[in-house]
Amino acid sequence: MSESRTVTRSMLHAFLAALIRSKPGLAGAVILTIFVLAALLAPVLGLPDPVKGDLLARLKPPTISLSGFGAHPLGTDQLGRDILSRIIYGGRVTLMIAALSVLTGGVFGVVIGLISGFFGGWVDRVLMRVVDMQLSVPLTILALLIIASLGPALHNLVMVLALTSWVQYARVVRGQVLAVKSREYIQSARAIAAHPLRIIFHHVLPNVMTPAIVVLTLELARIILLEAGLSFLGLGIQPPDAAWGRMLAEGRTFMSTAWWLSVFPGVAIMLTVLSVNLLGDWLRDYFDPHLEG
Amino acid sequence: MPNYLLTRIGESLLAIWGVVTIVFVVTRVLGDPAVLLLPIGSPAAALAELRSQLGLDQPILTQYVHFLGQAVRGDFGNSYQYMRPAMSVVLERMPATLMLAGSAIIIGIVLGGIAGLLAAIKRNTFVEYIVMFLALIGQATPMFWLGIVMIMFFAVNLGWLPTGGYGSFSNLVLPAMTLGTFVAASVTRLFRSSILDVLREEHVRTARAKGLRPKTIYVWHIGRNALIPVVTMVAILTAELLGGSAVAETVFSWPGVGRLIVQSIETQDFPVVQAAVCLVTTIFVFINLLVDIGYSLLDPRIRSHGGGHE
Repeated sequence: MSESRTVTRSMLHAFLAALIRSKPGLAGAVILTIFVLAALLAPVLGLPDPVKGDLLARLKPPTISLSGFGAHPLGTDQLGRDILSRIIYGGRVTLMIAALSVLTGGVFGVVIGLISGFFGGWVDRVLMRVVDMQLSVPLTILALLIIASLGPALHNLVMVLALTSWVQYARVVRGQVLAVKSREYIQSARAIAAHPLRIIFHHVLPNVMTPAIVVLTLELARIILLEAGLSFLGLGIQPPDAAWGRMLAEGRTFMSTAWWLSVFPGVAIMLTVLSVNLLGDWLRDYFDPHLEG
Repeated sequence: MPNYLLTRIGESLLAIWGVVTIVFVVTRVLGDPAVLLLPIGSPAAALAELRSQLGLDQPILTQYVHFLGQAVRGDFGNSYQYMRPAMSVVLERMPATLMLAGSAIIIGIVLGGIAGLLAAIKRNTFVEYIVMFLALIGQATPMFWLGIVMIMFFAVNLGWLPTGGYGSFSNLVLPAMTLGTFVAASVTRLFRSSILDVLREEHVRTARAKGLRPKTIYVWHIGRNALIPVVTMVAILTAELLGGSAVAETVFSWPGVGRLIVQSIETQDFPVVQAAVCLVTTIFVFINLLVDIGYSLLDPRIRSHGGGHE
């Protein structure tokens, strides 16, 4: 037991050492950590209320400068709400939706991929046909339609976003299962008539986790952008909750007089997606040096 | 080969049927057009009459079969808002979407092609880092935000171009640049990595060893092979853009199919939504089919593997 713990620890060390050596990967990890921490700690950061505004301080320009942050570092919106606070609270909403969707789609996709790869035969053929079909359908438009009719509640958003995502995991995991299925340790587990579930969970699953995690990061970036787009079109989480896409859509009206309303939420989306992509690219290279993106 | 072709065509038809079914379920089962069509507080008798007029009092299965039959003929009924066939409303918006998608793809390929080639040739230099950084930024930027910033800068501050609308060349520039940047970012990254992949292959080494001129090698041995994945991606992006970029078209008030879908969802004009989504899906599925067939002609391995999932 202690030996395997040492192995795990030294693998973790190697992983972190490689991450620190890679400038883009490290930059991605640091930016993402800052965003996640800010989102998690939002209530204890002493920020102004993101929903209730100060009507006397409407559309104030950013006060951040070399001499300090000022009262409203990134300015206020048309209702006098602090933009920085709304971006941080909006990050809570955006990141939570993205994380839930990616996990839901991920679990579903991994299970389908495992079943498809492990059992093969007609099960595999049927599942892969479904995957092929789903890949040839315009999912963005379909997501738009489904959200519009079901209503933009949190669970609907998560379900639809997960629906656009599971296929990627299923394909990658299936490929990986096929690659490890013929390995000796799995053959021997089969030979001693181990239960299929035991084989899947103990011997196959650990092998498909790394590619699944790589897909997860890349999907996270895509889903954040898609969610922002939906929320821009008014199909995201509803006001007064802040969501980045919605903030942008609202700020558009004041574009010519108050640029900070639409610029800062956009920067927040861009930085988050950029950091996730940097991390995802690095993870892919780390786990599989043959692939390059 | 004929087997593969038949399977792919069958799959495509199934995919279209699946989407048509989802559209039916989503718009018919969940929403009641009669309630939407009549003013609020209309008598129950009027609602019942309209329902039987629209065939909504029939069993759901009968309605579904009827809907399928009409969908095959492209007949989705009259638009509630425009009072004429929904499909003709959608088709009228197609030229605008085609124009925007076409311009964006051209900008994307030219810009992305040059940038990707540059990054691959100038491997591990400052040039590569700058190009790849810009491409990463381009991929991470939400399209609607880029659009808003472009409007702010070129239309509001500099006053060079209109903020939106349709009709002249100047209306096209900003939306095409916005969508084009997005396409260019993906093309750049894929083209670069695909060139680098081909560079490692044997026939390129052989060509080098034979002492062929670098230019010949780049054009004939690398360029041609590296283009295959790019062509696939561009075809898929085209399919996506032909569906109308709902977001970009909304930002620039561009009267394309994407914006029509968003507007019709807002006004609950279900016949138009159904017609638009079904048309867009058919185009999308068709382009995907063409890509797969083209691919299987180029690469015989795919045929035997039945779709290339390895």
